[in-house]
Amino acid sequence: MSYCNKKLIQPEYSDRIFKVLTGAAAILAALLMLGFFVQLFWYALPSIKTFGWRFLISSEWDPVKQVYGALPSILGTLITTGIAVLIAVPVSFIVSMFLVESAPAWFSVPVSYALDLLAAIPSIIYGMWGLFVFVPFMQSTVQPFLANTLHLKSIPFFGGNYNGFGFLTSGIILALMILPFVSAVMRDVFKMVPSVLKESAFGAGATSWEVTYDITMKYGARGLLGAVFLGLGRAVGETMAVLFVIGNIQTMPKSFFQAGTTIAATLANNFAEAEGIFKSSLFELGLILLVMSFLIQVLAQLWLKRISRQMGES
Amino acid sequence: MVNENGEKIKISVQNLNFFYGNHQALFDNNLDILENRVTAVIGPSGCGKSTHLRAFNRIFELYPEQRAKGKIILDDENILDRSIDILELRRKVGMIFQKPTPFPMSVFDNVAYGLKLHFKLNKSQTAERVEKALRGASLWDEVKDKLKKSGMALSGGQQQRLCIARAIAAEPEVLLMDEPTSAIDPVGTLKVENLIEELKEKFTIVIVTHNMQQAARISEHTAFFYEGHIIEYDLTKKIFTSPSNQKTEDYVTGRFG
Repeated sequence: MSYCNKKLIQPEYSDRIFKVLTGAAAILAALLMLGFFVQLFWYALPSIKTFGWRFLISSEWDPVKQVYGALPSILGTLITTGIAVLIAVPVSFIVSMFLVESAPAWFSVPVSYALDLLAAIPSIIYGMWGLFVFVPFMQSTVQPFLANTLHLKSIPFFGGNYNGFGFLTSGIILALMILPFVSAVMRDVFKMVPSVLKESAFGAGATSWEVTYDITMKYGARGLLGAVFLGLGRAVGETMAVLFVIGNIQTMPKSFFQAGTTIAATLANNFAEAEGIFKSSLFELGLILLVMSFLIQVLAQLWLKRISRQMGES
Repeated sequence: MVNENGEKIKISVQNLNFFYGNHQALFDNNLDILENRVTAVIGPSGCGKSTHLRAFNRIFELYPEQRAKGKIILDDENILDRSIDILELRRKVGMIFQKPTPFPMSVFDNVAYGLKLHFKLNKSQTAERVEKALRGASLWDEVKDKLKKSGMALSGGQQQRLCIARAIAAEPEVLLMDEPTSAIDPVGTLKVENLIEELKEKFTIVIVTHNMQQAARISEHTAFFYEGHIIEYDLTKKIFTSPSNQKTEDYVTGRFG
């Protein structure tokens, strides 16, 4: 009869074991994060000692003289990520809004599947497509159009040759890469807004736009912001999609058309043959990338807190 | 419009038919709802009582496949008429839903939002009207110290009264309530019922309810719906003590439903 005795472990112990195991897993995650920081810092130490703060603001990159500076890579990362987010976030917002709020089912269902599939495409595919299809297109059509037809070449940031490679191309490829992902997350956020809440707002006499702006967006604010920062996080560290189309040159960015590099691309390009202080510099770049990702997360959390306050939660 | 007893008719439903795509949900509904009374709408699940209610503020139009035919005369206008100002209609006819629907903002802003949609007010006028609406919904004493807290942080019963406050802030004439207490606890239910008792002095109230005791407690008139037809519509007392239709009797005595 005593069913309980058949159990391998007494119930009073099983609870404790469960607690210990889950606690250990959680601690492991925290330790891993700490481990990455410590390890990167340790390997970067020679570079930090040699170059000091100048590493962050120097654009020198001379393997012969063994002098390295991170500024071109840092700026390259910021520029490409910035372009990607500026393009992808508004487009994703409109796409997901349309899919959830206005599109008929025969349209929104297949497009939704397509979004999920696109979001799962490995980034190297974006890189290859970028190199073989998009770079020639940028060179032959987009860059001349922006520079000549729109007369942007008179502004400093759109000068230079049209070779197809560079910051703008990388930014657009990154945008295309994170767009389905951000759209899919935003779509799910919009879907989670209860229809009775929207009905209630309509019932109070709100227009479609007021319902979207005041209710749907506020209700989903955390999720939408989460989607933006997930996209941002992916774009900042993206390597393969960028490596193929950025041009990989260590120079200070002066134009969106110019070839350059990002932190991730620099690391992927140089680690194979790096030694000594060069290797240490690369580790410091890695550390900078990690800190940047970390800051993005902190920023996201702060922003979320602000939104919560605005929503009236204290 | 007045009925044969000289009482003022606020809403007159005439030959209302309702369709979900090809499926007809309401059949030739006729109903005269009297001003400043509580009219209860009862019937088994899926009988069309919510559908009927949702025609009164045309909220069904959010879903393109839903159509209403017939007339719903509010005061002297047919509100199903294309030319009606729908936002003004929804100000005049407020709606309370089955689940409380506080907006994702503070208690104060929830009520102020209802005001902002329809009136141009300055800050002190808004504050004054918000307080008035919250008092009107018997919620002021409970929330006056947490106006800046999220409306979503209140209890279920408080949330529902917050929604009522938001609705009455827009100074409506009719309040539609679609099973307003089915998602809240007995104490909250009692408070909402007491509130309905007070509100009928100012508003015409139509309430859909699953709870027959509730209908008997708070309403003067009751309509019994069955499979899209209005089977019987009379004084609540009569419906619950001596209904003229066998179906009504079976339902109110709990033989089905």
